[in-house]
Amino acid sequence: MTDIWAGLEAAFWLIVTLDSDLVEITLRSLQVSVTALVFASLIALPFGTWLAIRRFRYRRTAIAVLNALMGLPPVVVGLIVYLLLSRSGPFGVFGLLFTPTAMIIAQVIIITPLIASITHQAMRELWAEYHDLLISLNTTKRQRIMTLIWDGRRALLTAALAGFGRAIGEVGAIMIVGGNIDHATRVLTTAIALETGKGDFALALGLGFVLIALALAVNILIHSLSRTEQEGRW
Amino acid sequence: MSLALSKGVVKRRGKVILGPVDLALNAPDITIILGPNGAGKTTLLRVLHGVERLSSGALTLSKPDAQARQEQAYVFQSPIMLRRTVRANLAYPLELIGTAKPVIAQRVETWAERIGLADALDRHAPRLSGGEKQKLALARALIREPDVLFLDEPCANLDGRSTREIETLLKDAHLRGTQIIMTTHDLGQARRMASDVVFLLGGKVHERGAAGRFFVTPETPEAQAFLNGDIIE
Repeated sequence: MTDIWAGLEAAFWLIVTLDSDLVEITLRSLQVSVTALVFASLIALPFGTWLAIRRFRYRRTAIAVLNALMGLPPVVVGLIVYLLLSRSGPFGVFGLLFTPTAMIIAQVIIITPLIASITHQAMRELWAEYHDLLISLNTTKRQRIMTLIWDGRRALLTAALAGFGRAIGEVGAIMIVGGNIDHATRVLTTAIALETGKGDFALALGLGFVLIALALAVNILIHSLSRTEQEGRW
Repeated sequence: MSLALSKGVVKRRGKVILGPVDLALNAPDITIILGPNGAGKTTLLRVLHGVERLSSGALTLSKPDAQARQEQAYVFQSPIMLRRTVRANLAYPLELIGTAKPVIAQRVETWAERIGLADALDRHAPRLSGGEKQKLALARALIREPDVLFLDEPCANLDGRSTREIETLLKDAHLRGTQIIMTTHDLGQARRMASDVVFLLGGKVHERGAAGRFFVTPETPEAQAFLNGDIIE
């Protein structure tokens, strides 16, 4: 209990004094996770929607694989990305290992299946509702996908926020590919892991509370901007 | 636009739902498709519109298929509302075909006025009442001024006032040149609206004829029984 109070106190002072290290790693956490979220959403939202409306031979298998990929172990993703980006790997020439870009790549791989799967579930229901109307209006496939994405945007927002939650709280993969280098690739989660390892539980907890507050703040901000809870606003 | 169904059959899980049906429908009519539950009315309507595929047989249209589909509209028994405002629902069919925005705005205003929803343009369409939804669905179907309008029991579960409003809209559309093909359970509505009747039974066209003749002297005992309100299968 003492550690938790000490953590809260540490978090309070870190925030109140605008600790420069905290600001730096918080901004880096946001930068990495938001960038990963943007790229993952660009892939997952159309793909999940396409999967909902398209019928093809191995569709069920594709959905099962997608759902299974939601449980991708981040450490394994980190290891694979590490091998691909390391000097001896196929993409070693780009020199991306231990950079925020490598962390973004790992996070995109981790959260894309999650966003795509939630998108698919939401779009499947919407497609069942809209199917006859959109077919009757002789819409093209592109028009159908765009209509579903637009009208299902609140469900897609939830999918994106789930992806953001997973990205911002991820530690295993980005520790491996980022290396937790001070002033370069250190983010909130890797900093927490480091401080815990050093036995500085108060600071680790403080960073943890900041991380939770950050995740909540982003969720509330996005919900308020998109007015999801305001009745009658569409 | 004329539509001709030749030896049309629809099967589901090996069971024949419709057909074989031979049927030709011509432009000036209001065709009412009558029949008991399970007779195949909705299936026939969906086949004619092209949202349901034939298992065998052929549907021939007097225009090229792509053009014909653009010039048709369909109103479903349970109106499907896009999760958007009334304004956006009305605008949607026009946006799909790239109509200019000022034209869309003008037509949306006109149709909203016509269906009595001018004050509800910014309301969320799925929250409208059943009658309002059906009128909106009808206006959304008519806003592209289709050559052919298909309606699947558009007044089911509506009160007399809403039914009258919808019938008035349909008659107006017909006067402007839209061919109307409609299923209904409501014999009173069929009598008020029809110029041509197709009576279905067991997935087949049991009787076909001009409304004036059909309602007075039906040719078959089953049609007579149906008009008498007897239970037929």
